[in-house]
Amino acid sequence: MESNALSIDFAGLNLPNPTMLASGIMGYSAESFHRIAKSGAGAVVTKSVGSQPRTGYANPTVVQAESGIINAMGLPNPGIDVFTEEIKFSKTILRVPIIVSVFGYSAEDYAAVAKKAADAGADAVELNVSCPHVKQTGAEIGQSPKLLAEIVQQVKAAINKPLIVKLSPNVTDITVLAQAAVEAGADALTAVNTLRAIAIDAETQMPILANKKGGLSGACMKPVALRCVYDIADQYEVPIIGCGGVSNWRDAVEFLLAGASAVQIGTAVADDIEVFQSITKGVENYLRKKNARSVKDIVGLAHRK
Amino acid sequence: MLDLPTANNQLRTTQLVQVRTESPTVKTFMFTDRLCSKAKPGQFLMLWIPGIDEIPLSIMDTSNGVISVTVKAVGDATRHLHNLAPGATVGVRGPFGNSFTESRGRVLLVGGGTGTAPLLFLAKQLASKTDRLSFVEGAKTASELLFVKEVGGICQEKNIITTTEDGTAGLQCLVTQPLASLLDKEKFDMIYVCGPEIMVKRIFELTEARKLPIEASLERLMRCGIGLCGSCVIGKYRVCRDGPVFNAAQLREMKDELGISKIGFDGSRIPF
Repeated sequence: MESNALSIDFAGLNLPNPTMLASGIMGYSAESFHRIAKSGAGAVVTKSVGSQPRTGYANPTVVQAESGIINAMGLPNPGIDVFTEEIKFSKTILRVPIIVSVFGYSAEDYAAVAKKAADAGADAVELNVSCPHVKQTGAEIGQSPKLLAEIVQQVKAAINKPLIVKLSPNVTDITVLAQAAVEAGADALTAVNTLRAIAIDAETQMPILANKKGGLSGACMKPVALRCVYDIADQYEVPIIGCGGVSNWRDAVEFLLAGASAVQIGTAVADDIEVFQSITKGVENYLRKKNARSVKDIVGLAHRK
Repeated sequence: MLDLPTANNQLRTTQLVQVRTESPTVKTFMFTDRLCSKAKPGQFLMLWIPGIDEIPLSIMDTSNGVISVTVKAVGDATRHLHNLAPGATVGVRGPFGNSFTESRGRVLLVGGGTGTAPLLFLAKQLASKTDRLSFVEGAKTASELLFVKEVGGICQEKNIITTTEDGTAGLQCLVTQPLASLLDKEKFDMIYVCGPEIMVKRIFELTEARKLPIEASLERLMRCGIGLCGSCVIGKYRVCRDGPVFNAAQLREMKDELGISKIGFDGSRIPF
């Protein structure tokens, strides 16, 4: 099998393999991105960055659930003006694309942050329109096709790098939002962000997270995320990154079969930072076993009639 | 190293069984917890103070299945904790992180402030296995020197050095002061350190100049405790998941940040 069986051209990005670090995980520093890349990630996505610094919520910000975790970090980030230095430094040491995740409070805000990220060297921008636990950003936008389209249009006009929109699963029909994003100019979609959730402690009779509600991620999310990818791929020809509960090669393959061209990995990093390598190796073995020449040969195969 | 999949280490609640005052600013809190009773010296747990905060704490003791954590009142969360009495409900996750390796031969432990707590846990385990156990302990003032009696019960008096910044007990200096001559005078097979990061940095400089082995436990802003959020990252390492104990080779890799800058609540690098 050729050595480039795993490499993919994703919306103009050259990835050595289809695994990416999901946004929010260890995503502040160039050294962390470098380590993740050395652990085998084909691309890294930063923590979501806004126009101003945010300290995020008090702890508990993370609580373990059955087969997953619920988090409400509250978008802690140093603000784009400080973060541009980290992007520039990352570009000098990374050999894989760095995708900067961006959030905002208005279309102008999103566009301004995205432009600064792109100017600093981001290889692509991923819009966080689906953070489920911060008011006035994220979820509200991710649930409104009209707001979403407006933001995507403005960001697209502000940058000349690939624009990825990370969709929320907290909607009745994800394909409506996918359509809005694609028609407004999104080059690719990430499906999906976390699912709104809560953890309550029986003894103290209190929600555990300081923010009470948070977003569910991890293995328990996989069937939901997989369905979201499948639904979008069923209706639209758009590059998709599958995200939600990927922790081994079989999960990754399932997302590829559902129609994703790449996968993002987040929560599984808690158990093994080398997860990118093991998934890539497993996918490679799978391709060989199935006589597939490359990753793209198996994308969407689950849709065959 | 106790390394559970995160799914098997969910938050559970327990009641404080005892609270002991160690100094005017430091208390030890005791509770039972099955998972943490297997913790090794150097590991930490996340303690939930319901409705207030959740903070990382070094484990000080696990004798008879009773977990002890020693806490200085420094901020909102720790002050609230200090107001809790036996019977109060707290939440626990952990144990997390790696542990100190078990060295033989001649061993030196250097603790600053509450950094003495995990080293006491370590000293108890090493006592019967090492040829000689030396302890250097520093604090601001005599009343803040922790576990003097316990350390005295493990180490011979001639192998204990205490320092205070105001001279109210032991030598009047920083804990780093007597170390240079001690390291020149005596041979050590391992030096264990726990305390403020500036102290760790200075001691690491002393051990590096003499090419001595060292293991230091670091403390950083921590949120998730399981290696995901990136709050405690120093260099390429996560204090919560790759540490909190780091050896000389790892400390060397993080020397541009050790005792120089750390990641703040908003993810920016802030100087010490």
